[in-house]
Amino acid sequence: MVSRSSSRPSSQPDALVRLEGVTKHFPVRTGRLLQRSSEVVHAVDDVTLDVVRGETVGLVGETGCGKSTLARCITRLVELTSGTVLIDGEDISRLSRRRLRPYRRRMQMIFQDPYSSLNPRRRVGSIIGDPFIIHEPKIGSDQRKERVQHLMELVGLNPEHYNRFPAEFSGGQRQRIGVARALALQPELIVADEPVSALDVSVRAQVINLLADLQEEFHLTYVFITHDLSVVRHVSDRVAVMYLGQIVEVAERDDLYNRPRHPYTKALQSAIPVPDPDEADRRTRTVLGGDVPSPVDPPSGCRFHPRCPKAQARCAEEVPVLEPRLGDSFGHTVACHFPLSDGEKLPEAPPPGVADIASLGRPGTGTRGGGQSAIPRGTS
Amino acid sequence: MNDLLLEVEDLVVSFPTPDGVVEAVRGISFAVDSGRTLGIVGESGSGKSVAVQTTIGLTVGARVSGRALLDGKDLLTMSPAELRAVRGAKIAMIFQDPMSSLHPYYRVGWQIMEMIRTHQEIDKPAARARVVELLGLVGIPRPEERVKDYPHQFSGGMRQRAMIAMALALNPALLVADEPTTALDVTVQAQIMELIRHLQDELGISVILITHDLGIIADMAHEVMIMYAGRVMESACTRDIYYSPHHPYTAGLLNSLPQSGHEGQRLPSIAGQPPSLINPPSGCPFHPRCAFTMPRCRTASPPLRLVGTSIHRSACWLPTELTGSSVETDVRRHAASAAQGGSIPSAVEGSPIANLGKDEA
Amino acid sequence: MNLGIGGPEAETSVGAATTIEGRSPSRLAFERLRHDRAAIGSCVVIVLIILMAVLAPVVAHLTGHGPDTQYSFGRSPAGIPVGPGRHFLLGADELGRDVLVRICYGARISLLVGVVASSLATAVGVVIGLAAGYFGRVVDTILARFMDAVLSLPYLIFAIALVSVVGNSDRLLVIIGVIAFFSFASVGRIVRGQVLSVKEKEFVEAAHALGSGDLRIMFVDILPNVLAQVIVYLTLLIPASIVFEATLSFLAIGIVPPTPSWGDMLSEALQYYQVAWWYLIFPGLALLATTLAFNLLGDSVRDAFDPRYNRLFTRKGASVLTHTVLLNTADEDSSL
Repeated sequence: MVSRSSSRPSSQPDALVRLEGVTKHFPVRTGRLLQRSSEVVHAVDDVTLDVVRGETVGLVGETGCGKSTLARCITRLVELTSGTVLIDGEDISRLSRRRLRPYRRRMQMIFQDPYSSLNPRRRVGSIIGDPFIIHEPKIGSDQRKERVQHLMELVGLNPEHYNRFPAEFSGGQRQRIGVARALALQPELIVADEPVSALDVSVRAQVINLLADLQEEFHLTYVFITHDLSVVRHVSDRVAVMYLGQIVEVAERDDLYNRPRHPYTKALQSAIPVPDPDEADRRTRTVLGGDVPSPVDPPSGCRFHPRCPKAQARCAEEVPVLEPRLGDSFGHTVACHFPLSDGEKLPEAPPPGVADIASLGRPGTGTRGGGQSAIPRGTS
Repeated sequence: MNDLLLEVEDLVVSFPTPDGVVEAVRGISFAVDSGRTLGIVGESGSGKSVAVQTTIGLTVGARVSGRALLDGKDLLTMSPAELRAVRGAKIAMIFQDPMSSLHPYYRVGWQIMEMIRTHQEIDKPAARARVVELLGLVGIPRPEERVKDYPHQFSGGMRQRAMIAMALALNPALLVADEPTTALDVTVQAQIMELIRHLQDELGISVILITHDLGIIADMAHEVMIMYAGRVMESACTRDIYYSPHHPYTAGLLNSLPQSGHEGQRLPSIAGQPPSLINPPSGCPFHPRCAFTMPRCRTASPPLRLVGTSIHRSACWLPTELTGSSVETDVRRHAASAAQGGSIPSAVEGSPIANLGKDEA
Repeated sequence: MNLGIGGPEAETSVGAATTIEGRSPSRLAFERLRHDRAAIGSCVVIVLIILMAVLAPVVAHLTGHGPDTQYSFGRSPAGIPVGPGRHFLLGADELGRDVLVRICYGARISLLVGVVASSLATAVGVVIGLAAGYFGRVVDTILARFMDAVLSLPYLIFAIALVSVVGNSDRLLVIIGVIAFFSFASVGRIVRGQVLSVKEKEFVEAAHALGSGDLRIMFVDILPNVLAQVIVYLTLLIPASIVFEATLSFLAIGIVPPTPSWGDMLSEALQYYQVAWWYLIFPGLALLATTLAFNLLGDSVRDAFDPRYNRLFTRKGASVLTHTVLLNTADEDSSL
């Protein structure tokens, strides 16, 4: 299979994480004992990405884009279907669980749901102390307690609450517990899967600040996964946009927001409501039609083509390569046959219910409604 | 001049539980004009959902007091039969999770039809035609086919549209949307918001939009009410809330949102977390987290009073002219608070806002 | 070294958001149980029965009658058992033995068999259920089918066959074994189901991410979350085992006479109930009381762990909406 990423200058020596052609497919179970289904969920398809030491890479996308699965591929919580994951140059793609254990010290995860990512039947001190019991069993329980309490202080929790249960903490505090647990063994990489999405608005800023402080203090590298474009903009150095299992654009933060190349990126930005009434009135909203298609049967060619306002015949046939376009440097790559130029706007969508019914494709299939797969939308 | 569609006065809702009485709503009043959208903003525990659900009679086992006038009649004293007649016909509600209000075992078209026929004398073919028309109105493609589908055959966005169709079936005057898009993807959320706005323009329905998302509110609401711990903290027209907030909670919320131009900088955050509803703080519920607390705030709960335009109200003891969201305003607030003997609660100690006042003094 | 990171922002001096200290979900359940009138009543009955069993020799001493001793004055000249009265508080059986004393000794058997068999079944069922649910695939298929097979056996017929084959020696152990064998599979299935759902929770994934081994995850992370259901089931399994034993004794393949067993007494009493009602009623009441008490206790324990629903005898004013309203305070995990 031809790699989607173009050849690039010599690989970055500082890359802590290198993903090459990472693919993860889940078989669709039919539930019957011996029957195999031929259907497969294309959760992640041929993803190539570098994460430089010390930076924060934001990973954005909507449901079904594969970002959570990619997170689990990086941390090897799932087996890869194909591709390689290199941590500091070492290939961990095929390692067995036992061989992976030493790597667990170096990379950790923070999970989304503060209510289900902590075992409700265990005390908080025991939860945070788990990494020590697993990886450093020789430490005595007194010393372990000391370390746990130190960690609790570090993340802003009262160390005297060592014996409490998760139910006695608020959402924001529970997320801090999760952070403390991730930090216990002083990892180099932290993959945060929607760490603030489930928190109250007034608490989100606290946790974002905490993560930033910790990064500075401990020289951490973050992969920050979220669907919230404004949060990712705030925390990231570089941003990768995912759609239906593939990366469609990667750029430095400011570049991505000021000069998006991929129509999907532009549509995402336009769809996010801004907390500013005048700005909201002023903006032209590109409302993307249709629903996010199912990853079981992704569209041919460019997966975004059924919903893309700029789609043409080529888009349904040829898979675009992730590469710099329109004179950009290697720091800004996009997978699109007709990338947007600086300042180009997407055509405004007609109001729903009145227009082009065919544009709202039937959800769950890759094709557009009415059986047409690559007709350009009215305007442009 | 818009007329008042719904007027709620001094609503108090509490739930007795084995652990104590949960005071979910502690005396709020609001009104919705016809054809306008009222946004109710609050975090978890603010009481926003409970307040509105109680107004239309959807809560069980609660102790309720206050009045909720719709067309002059008090919803809170209506019998269940009367309420049933009101619900659907005058007031319709859509929820966060469409799967919870669409019965999974019945076809979508049938569910909407049944609802129509319960309220109106209309034969099946006519009802069916109306359902198809409604599904088309909310942007569901090929509605005459989708009518026969089950809810699980719809995607999330489609289900939410079907919910809206069901809500609109009887031409209600008021649509209550409780976190209608929280569970949806951003692009789908934009579609639904667009749809609701379009429907409001076309049909003139009023909307109560309950959410914690300040972005949606900026986009959709005409008037905004900010709730915290069962009370209203501030209410005003949308522009005033965003550009000249008076209440420190409102200002704090707005400041804590990541904003363009300030990437990578420390986000000013509100210290602490939302309080328990069994033992809410005395006086102003926000005082343990407020950087401008005065002794008065701990003991006396500030009433909602005018702080600017004719409809801008804020429940805060700070002087009414201190509206706005900027460092200078915060400094002045500190000064005002210090003058009244205010001190900085330990929760806020050391945080950027608390330090502002110190520099000045 | 306190960097003050997140320090001032995190904690509120007013202990507003947090509830009472250090209360484990088990403690909370226990508190609820304490206030449940049905539970207290059941416990009282159970304690009485345990006392009855433990103090059986005392009762024998007080009445002056042994459990197996046949007394001539226990029967009328015609051979009919003597009713409750001066000599025998609860009457005598067809062989002139003291019914009260026999009931007390019978309690020993019932409780012993009931508790031991249930505990054994539970222990085995938990281990098998954990393994099946956690490892999945081949292991699950084998174990689950095995449990299904055991469950589909007609237990009474097999029990009769097994017991007959073994003969009279060690009958008590055999009965315990048989009951445990036929009970473990239902525990196993429940545990397996729970494990399958707990396995998908994020905290299990977090444990994997930490590099935790399989055994540790099973017993330290998953098991405590499954335990609540197991305890409930155990409490309900005990009366079932007691009845199972009574059934076996009733069919004369249980406890070997003359050791008293309630089932055996009931079986004999059938022939005499027309003339000796006490012989049927009192052992029957004992069995009924024990079974009912354990069943009610089991119900209360289940409600104590999962207090979402209104029960008949709750504290005044308990609300159905407790959990939907208490959004920010102690949010107990629904996996209980």
